[in-house]
Amino acid sequence: MKKNIDYGEAVGVVAAQSIGEPGTQMTMRTFHYAGVAEHVPLGLPRLIELVDAKRVPKKVFMDVLVSKALAKDYEAVKTVAKNIECIKLYDIAKIQESFENKCINLVLDKDELEFIGVSGQDVKKVVEELGQKLEYDGRKGVITVYNKEETKGRVFRDLRKLTNRLKALKIKGISGLSKAVVVKDGNDYFVRVSGINLPEVLKLENIDLTKVYTNSVIDIEKILGIEAARNALIREIKQVLDLQGLTVDIRHIIVIADAVSSDGVIKSVGRHGLSGEKASILARAAFEVTVKHLIDASVAAKSDHLQGVAENIIVGQPIPLGTGMVKLRMKWFEVPEEKATEGEPSLFTKKRTLRKRKSISEDH
Amino acid sequence: MVKSENKKKKRRGGKVFINGTFVGWHEHLPSLMRQVIGARRRGEISSEINVHLNTRAVELSINCDSGRARRPYIVVEAGKSKLTPPIISQIKSGEFNWQKLVNLGIVEFLDAEEEEHSYISASEDELTPDHTHLEIDPVSINGVVVSVLPYSDHNSSPRITMAASMTKQSLGTYILNYNLRADTRAHIMYYPQQPLVQTRPYKILNLAERSAGQNFVVAISSYRGYNMADAVVMNRNSVDRGLGRSVFFKTYETEERRYPGGQCDKMEIPPATTTGYRGEEAYKYLGEDGIIYPECMLSSRDVLVGKTSPPRFLKEVTVFGVVEEKKRENSLAVRSDENDTVDYVLITETLGGTKLVKIRIRSNKVPEVGDKFASRHGQKGVIGLMLPQEDMPFTSSGIVPDLIINAHAIPSRMTVGHLLEMLGGKVSSQTGKFVDGTPFDHDSEESLKAAMKSYGFDEYGEETLYDGITGEQIKTKIYVGVIYYQRLHHLVSNKMHVRSRGPVQLLTHQPTEGRAREGGLRFGEMERDCLIGYGASMLLMERLLEESDKTYELVCTNCGLVAVRDFVKNTSYCHLCGFSTLEYVEISYAFKLLLDEIKSLHLFPRLVLKDKA
Repeated sequence: MKKNIDYGEAVGVVAAQSIGEPGTQMTMRTFHYAGVAEHVPLGLPRLIELVDAKRVPKKVFMDVLVSKALAKDYEAVKTVAKNIECIKLYDIAKIQESFENKCINLVLDKDELEFIGVSGQDVKKVVEELGQKLEYDGRKGVITVYNKEETKGRVFRDLRKLTNRLKALKIKGISGLSKAVVVKDGNDYFVRVSGINLPEVLKLENIDLTKVYTNSVIDIEKILGIEAARNALIREIKQVLDLQGLTVDIRHIIVIADAVSSDGVIKSVGRHGLSGEKASILARAAFEVTVKHLIDASVAAKSDHLQGVAENIIVGQPIPLGTGMVKLRMKWFEVPEEKATEGEPSLFTKKRTLRKRKSISEDH
Repeated sequence: MVKSENKKKKRRGGKVFINGTFVGWHEHLPSLMRQVIGARRRGEISSEINVHLNTRAVELSINCDSGRARRPYIVVEAGKSKLTPPIISQIKSGEFNWQKLVNLGIVEFLDAEEEEHSYISASEDELTPDHTHLEIDPVSINGVVVSVLPYSDHNSSPRITMAASMTKQSLGTYILNYNLRADTRAHIMYYPQQPLVQTRPYKILNLAERSAGQNFVVAISSYRGYNMADAVVMNRNSVDRGLGRSVFFKTYETEERRYPGGQCDKMEIPPATTTGYRGEEAYKYLGEDGIIYPECMLSSRDVLVGKTSPPRFLKEVTVFGVVEEKKRENSLAVRSDENDTVDYVLITETLGGTKLVKIRIRSNKVPEVGDKFASRHGQKGVIGLMLPQEDMPFTSSGIVPDLIINAHAIPSRMTVGHLLEMLGGKVSSQTGKFVDGTPFDHDSEESLKAAMKSYGFDEYGEETLYDGITGEQIKTKIYVGVIYYQRLHHLVSNKMHVRSRGPVQLLTHQPTEGRAREGGLRFGEMERDCLIGYGASMLLMERLLEESDKTYELVCTNCGLVAVRDFVKNTSYCHLCGFSTLEYVEISYAFKLLLDEIKSLHLFPRLVLKDKA
């Protein structure tokens, strides 16, 4: 299917209609992504999210694909998953505040430690980095932390502050990532993890850098660039529509993605993006916050050159699209000099000056 | 029974509420509930009391307040109905009445809450020891309208809902004294019939007295595309004989209003000097009192009541003293199209003592292409073709259907009741007896088939039809039956509307909206998008400008403001620049309004003019 689009074809309107019409049939229902036991918005909410260029999608996840050599090895992939998942102290220990002794007891859960493959000593080392005084009872598996800086009269408050810091203390893995799951795709395995930390994941060993994926278009734009973000956007929109069983030609989606990414950053389509950045004052005023645009234009003494569709409809002129785009071009050519036949006057007299080949361009 | 609140004791059991107010605690709520119910059945307390045990919150609510919808059930104890055969025979002999049944605890009323923990059987045969109540009649689970629909137990529920709402739109004899009434709009059917297939509630409600429909001979077949997509083909000769015919009444009213300052409207034939005089022709039917006579054949815009009102503003006093004030025309004119007749004129007075005239207009509504009909099974359709009887298909015995509906209307909608009613109606038209179609308890399909057979018909109701145009036998057999059809009050003649040119709005210079104002059909935003998408730029211009609010405004080439054309002095000038160069510019009036609004924001919109490309 190779066909060039005609000059003046309203690709944007057709794309909007082609996505909008099946969009009316979309349900507000949301399904699960296989593997991640969390609701990822799908259907209309997700489509709106993508098109609004939300900084933080509701639920982000990453697909971490291991290098080809390891992809079929379940255990190897599982190890990767274990190393990615961010484990906080809170997850592996009971944190007990002892106000009597002005200390905090961290009761380590041995099963958990074993499961994630971390020893009590390792945990102790991480906790030590906080710079607090501590004791470690290896036999009982208890770390006792004392608050180093004690402000007088605020002992308990400081203790509680310390507890909160301890709770969020990262023991292992990549921060921002939780719940890593191994997903099978054909014969290969890969890790799907909720949360996002693209820079850190790309630093990992044994992974296929070219295939790491996330559903956060904004993060892709920041780390991998606008072209990657454009492709991700197309893929995400296509996926939303496919999942609802709606068939939309991918070229319509491409038009939207191109429009939204053409400036080098992902813009939204609404008031703060595409529509709000139109060149024409009238077109912007016709969309939202009418008075603001009119006043701003007036203050800056702006003029509207009536080059878009909306503004020409407003003033009542043909729109510069389709048949309205066609302008008359005349090609002047030399008329062969006629011999004046006797009796009959020639249509072109010799006196008439003929312009030589010259084309007159459009007026503006 | 109920222990009063005692703070020191530890509470056991649950809370008890009466009409939503907490009254105390009880150790064992189920036994309390049984006591209350028992007392109610024995008649020791009012039969209007209902109880509800909320086992999750451990609360018992006893309700006797107003506003609870309650319905009666037969009480069941130990799997046995309390309404025993001896009692039934006593009811029949008149010894027992309803009140007595309630007093004796044979029948009791449950409200929505008590129903929650009752186990109600629909029929006596299905009673188990667990049941607490028995439905008096399974039909009663339906409301008034639905219980009138035959075979509704054979239809899909959405169709029942639709049938119920369409029955309410059917026209028939909505009231018997319609001739004495002045309803603003009313439809009366010429020859209403009662349905051949009836339900028990239909008879109980005595709806045969106010029937709204007729029994049609219906064939189920497609007919040359004229009954596609819920259209129907109707027999023109049946219509000429009065099938589906109705009359439409509409009442207009006007009064002689009094105004502050002692002025008053007057009903009269307005003198030609009145401002807004409609011309002699418009007042031709009026009597001396300015009121029309009954049985006048009206044409559009004819005046029903001539009326003059005092002028809205007082006139200035001229040098010659007070000039006689010119009256304002304020007549009541008929608002419809054709074949209307004045049916009835009522002259009376309002509560305020002013003269009030009501005029009822009558118009015949003969079924025509576009009118809506529906059976009692949610099967609605619009007439797509009026076929002369000679062209209609006919059976070997010469029966010609009144209506042909399309077979595609049946499978996806699952209105088996429709098919059954057709068969039932056919049986009824042979036996001369009504067929019972009461849901859950109707004449069996087998008995209908047997009856069909005994009268020499195909037991499935199919007939061999012959094409009325060619006379050829139609190769397949076609289902023909008699079914009750209703004419619904959506009549094309009251709805159809066209406009090529007509009135425009004062403010925007755009066409008016709506049939009553002879308006245009809006070419909306989405339609606009379609033309943009197609690239039909010039067509878009035509819709949005040429056929709408195109104007030529004078624009000052110097300052870019809309200039002024003074028709009195025959000059034009710019408010800012005086006599500068002005040009006519073709714009939409709406754009001129936008410029005005921008100006009202204290902004200065300039038009920079250029020659047309």
